[in-house]
Amino acid sequence: MRIAPITIRSYVIAWGALVLLSGATLGLSFLPLGAFHLPVALLIATTKATFVVLIFMHMAEQDGSSRVALAVSVLLLAILVALTAADIATRAISVKPPVSG
Amino acid sequence: MTSSTRLRSWFEDLEKQTHAARLGMWAFIASEALLFTGLFALYAGYRTTYPQAFGEAAAHTDLVLGSAMTFVLVTSSFAVAVGLGGVRENRPRWTMPSLLTAIVLGFVFLGLKATEYAEHFRHGIFPGHYYRFAELSEPGARIFFTLYYVMTGLHALHVIGGIALLAALAWSTHRGRWTAGYHTPLELGGMYWHFVDVVWLFLWPLFYLLR
Repeated sequence: MRIAPITIRSYVIAWGALVLLSGATLGLSFLPLGAFHLPVALLIATTKATFVVLIFMHMAEQDGSSRVALAVSVLLLAILVALTAADIATRAISVKPPVSG
Repeated sequence: MTSSTRLRSWFEDLEKQTHAARLGMWAFIASEALLFTGLFALYAGYRTTYPQAFGEAAAHTDLVLGSAMTFVLVTSSFAVAVGLGGVRENRPRWTMPSLLTAIVLGFVFLGLKATEYAEHFRHGIFPGHYYRFAELSEPGARIFFTLYYVMTGLHALHVIGGIALLAALAWSTHRGRWTAGYHTPLELGGMYWHFVDVVWLFLWPLFYLLR
């Protein structure tokens, strides 16, 4: 079942976008963004990964089951990262000795 | 080989078989992503603990080599995509040169990686206990470079595996195995290479750009 056929032309556009976004990430790494460096870099990397998955890996033309598999795996990975982050963010609090009374 | 002999007995038709194979490939890629995400979570944890040292250590990886590797890998991914596109769009002559280009770029990537490792070794930047880089001696820098070796090393192993896979696909291409109606191994093998590309898209900013 073809939902939106992907052609060689789409690959060329995706490749151009990947090269441009890579150039943008490289350029941004020289700017004084401070705390915004990490989220901006990850946002661009995620955008690039989306291009690769949709066009190169043909997700854009695949049907429901592949999309569900991808969505579920992204969700599970997000839970893994979120719980790890929650642990690290609260570690300083949890090691405080209990107030003795 | 005709399409009918490629059909396994337990599938009703080739479309269902292709569908199942594709779903299986996504499940495999999800498990591979889990392997790398565990390491990315570890990186996040240590970066939060040692933000200063991670920034200073990231300034000691080779930005030029790292960026070159990004362009090389993205372009090799594009070549694999064009190889599949050639089969799908009735331009079978495009497939072989595209796959060979991707393989050569894969070796270029490994060459750049090896050059970079050699340069680090010269400065005493070794993983874990063997780390002896005097310029950055704090524990955070040692952890950064240990993660760097583990994550880029694991990724490089995937590149090696991917090159072997692409070589097998090139051999099948040479034997004229693909038709516009049947090219599932080429599609799924390509997906693996694209996944390896995606992992690098995240390794690059975390180890080279966030200085």
